[in-house]
Amino acid sequence: MKCTDFLSELNDFLDGSLDPKLKAELKEHLVWCHNCYVVCNTTEKTIEIYRENKLYELPDALRTKLHQAIMSKCTKVKQNPTK
Amino acid sequence: MGTIQTNVTGDLSEELQLVQAAKRGDITAFEQLVKRYDRNVFRIAQHITQNREDAEDVVQDAFLKAYQNLGQFQGNSKFYTWLVRIAVNEALMKLRKRKSDKTVSMDEDVETEDGSVPREIADWSPNPEQQYKQSELNEILTKTIQGLPAGFRTVFVLRDVEGLSTEETAETLGLSIPAVKSRLLRARLQLRDRLSRFFKKTKLKNGDKQQ
Repeated sequence: MKCTDFLSELNDFLDGSLDPKLKAELKEHLVWCHNCYVVCNTTEKTIEIYRENKLYELPDALRTKLHQAIMSKCTKVKQNPTK
Repeated sequence: MGTIQTNVTGDLSEELQLVQAAKRGDITAFEQLVKRYDRNVFRIAQHITQNREDAEDVVQDAFLKAYQNLGQFQGNSKFYTWLVRIAVNEALMKLRKRKSDKTVSMDEDVETEDGSVPREIADWSPNPEQQYKQSELNEILTKTIQGLPAGFRTVFVLRDVEGLSTEETAETLGLSIPAVKSRLLRARLQLRDRLSRFFKKTKLKNGDKQQ
């Protein structure tokens, strides 16, 4: 297996959606190819960091403001569905 | 190698009951749906528009449109996926308007090799994020993801941050599954390359002590 072959399967490898035979071949490649090992580990870490440190949390005050605005608009639509 | 799990938010049968009740005119049921997904919609909107005011508008417009069009929701997909599709469309419209940018497209041709090959191979420190305070880390992550093209950024956020499946992401964005996979790989590799600048292992200079 070449590094480019490994790279083209990297998504499915990380997502765990590969058939066992191909997965075993990819794991075998990682044993001897340090570059792919590093790319694979750091890509997995990249995803983990973005998933665990979610950006743009909605502040409570803004959340309350948005709720009120949404529900007030929905109530108007419900009362007056043609507008 | 660990498997990256995706999370489905909320209890689906309970969600379906809320949707049915909202369809029958129970506005408090719809309010429960707003509370369930407002954080996700805000985050997606902010990631796409990169503008706080636009994101606020998108949250309001997306929920209002969802409410107005509940009758069209057939239940073939999850309510969340349906809602995200509305929110993504609203957010892209805002982005196009603000940037007057015709290149903001989900289906633009990205069949180039650019960005599909890792350039930075250096390994990272263990738990590299812990080298930074939370506020510094957030700044690094924000600037890094902002540098991606909108199409890549959106696929990454839906798939890897919000936990939609590849199929759901494709359906939401009106893309084919291979197109989602191609964009996701490029997004992941480009983010990885850019984060390496902050997270790679530094060589110890003479006199430095190993931490």
